[in-house]
Amino acid sequence: MIEVEGLTVRFGGVTSLDSMSVTFEPGTCGLIGPNGAGKTTFFNVLSGFVRPAGGTVQAFGEDLLSMAHFRRARWGVRRTFQTEQAIEELSVYDNVAMVHEHARVKGSGRRKDVLGALEFTGLRADPFARVGTLAAGERRLLEVARAIVGRPRLVLLDEPAAGLPDEETAHLAEVIRAIPGHTGALVILVDHDMSLVSACCGTTAVLDFGKLIASGPTAQVLRDEHVIRAYLGTAEVL
Amino acid sequence: MLDLASRTAPDGQPPMLRRPGTPALIRAGVIAVLFLFVLLALPQLLSLYYIDAMTQVAVYSVVALGLGVLVGRVGLVSLGQAAVLAVGAWVAARLLFATTQPYPLVLLEAGVITMVAGTLIGLPALRMRGLYLALITLMLAGGITVVLATTNFPNGGHGFLGYDGSTVHIPAIRRPSIAASDPAYFRYSVLVAALMFLLVFAHIRTRPGRAWAAIRQSEPAALAAGINTTLYKLWAFALASFVTGVAGGVLAGAVHYLYSIGFPTQDSITLLAVVLMGGAYSMWGAIVAALLLQLLPALLNNWGVSADWLTILFGIGVLQVLTTAPAGLADQVPKDLARLGGLVAGRLRRPAPSGDGSP
Repeated sequence: MIEVEGLTVRFGGVTSLDSMSVTFEPGTCGLIGPNGAGKTTFFNVLSGFVRPAGGTVQAFGEDLLSMAHFRRARWGVRRTFQTEQAIEELSVYDNVAMVHEHARVKGSGRRKDVLGALEFTGLRADPFARVGTLAAGERRLLEVARAIVGRPRLVLLDEPAAGLPDEETAHLAEVIRAIPGHTGALVILVDHDMSLVSACCGTTAVLDFGKLIASGPTAQVLRDEHVIRAYLGTAEVL
Repeated sequence: MLDLASRTAPDGQPPMLRRPGTPALIRAGVIAVLFLFVLLALPQLLSLYYIDAMTQVAVYSVVALGLGVLVGRVGLVSLGQAAVLAVGAWVAARLLFATTQPYPLVLLEAGVITMVAGTLIGLPALRMRGLYLALITLMLAGGITVVLATTNFPNGGHGFLGYDGSTVHIPAIRRPSIAASDPAYFRYSVLVAALMFLLVFAHIRTRPGRAWAAIRQSEPAALAAGINTTLYKLWAFALASFVTGVAGGVLAGAVHYLYSIGFPTQDSITLLAVVLMGGAYSMWGAIVAALLLQLLPALLNNWGVSADWLTILFGIGVLQVLTTAPAGLADQVPKDLARLGGLVAGRLRRPAPSGDGSP
């Protein structure tokens, strides 16, 4: 369980997150909102790239914000990036092994774990091919494999389906849905594709201008009038 | 559904259990033959003049290798590596005059002490990269040049600096007893260089190599993978400085006499230029860089052409690399040769059509 309490992030005069308080329950949770709502900023706080002005994040009872950024990956925070960050120069296998070897996973074979993670995502590329030769969809799956290898506890997926054709998005949805059962990790999914969020997430939180405007069961949240207004504009403008 | 069951490796066994492929074996074979040729045959074929030049090539291939780790692997541009080499040479010379330790031990100590100094030079790299890091390392190199010009290289004197300005008879820096002659010392240098290449190869192929590749492409991605970027950047500087320090030790024995005028600050800039031309992303590139830096001037000297022309040539070379071959000669030449071979083979297979290409 991830408990966020009063989280505030400011960049100069801009308040990207405005005392955000929300609880993410185990399973796959959606986090949606218009562009600039603060979704990626929230992920950056959890990853340690951004230091918040105030607030706390308790992850399974531990204070996440007090950990150095690289230690959070060891603790179990994994993420993908909006612009996919598979390391081009390395092979598919090395990309995943790189995460595993820094995760300090005890009592398991690296090769088995890495190949297992690749298999889980259904990535059909040769593990020893260079990432530079992979297609966009394959790189997205590789990023997911990196995010789930070596006992993750919190998996942050930042628009993993951006730019993917429908059939690849459908496959990705199946993979994302299977992550909590396969790894035991809590998954937070940021995406603009509402069908993907609906398909994957039991609960969803909505951010708008850094404020949490709704959270709860996904179907209910997507019918919420505040949410519709945030996405489609306000009645006054119309 | 996720079809996990159908995802077995094509040859029916886990991919990691595959034996190294034929291309890898051929490559290893070619390297072994080349190495033996350089080690055994080359000293027989060359005059003493070129043996000396090739010893320098061995030394500078290691220096280029170290810079290649920084530039090509981690993406840290350092303009201080020639000064790091001077530090290694100074330390080795001091130890060789002061002690009777065996040569390999002196090389190891020179490497370790230079590693400490070089890592200190790398400290700014934790905060900056690109142009600013290049500038800072260049300034530090300039500082080292100034200090060396004041303290001079050891010449058998006493005290911490080991320099005696009044001495008339300057003893030569000793060589290992098994490698006193120039051809033997050349072989010794090649062996040491090979060990340094193996050391760097072992790094690139394992955990640090993966971490460096991640840092070079994207620091956020590296951090998100749990990589301590501070540690691995310093590690890169430590490794580069260690091998450069060892190279400095080999250089001390090669030239017998060291002078601070032999390590001008601009050497670091030329070094970066040839490393980029040779190819910073491949270990072959380091050898190409050293050939450009040491063998080419020797050839020009022999032909009576001023080596100053090289500055212009290197300038054009870097321009060419930046515009058409970002991975350097080590990457481009094999590709061009393969393309040329394909063209020739195509021509031989069927006679050239008469109207081909004519207007």
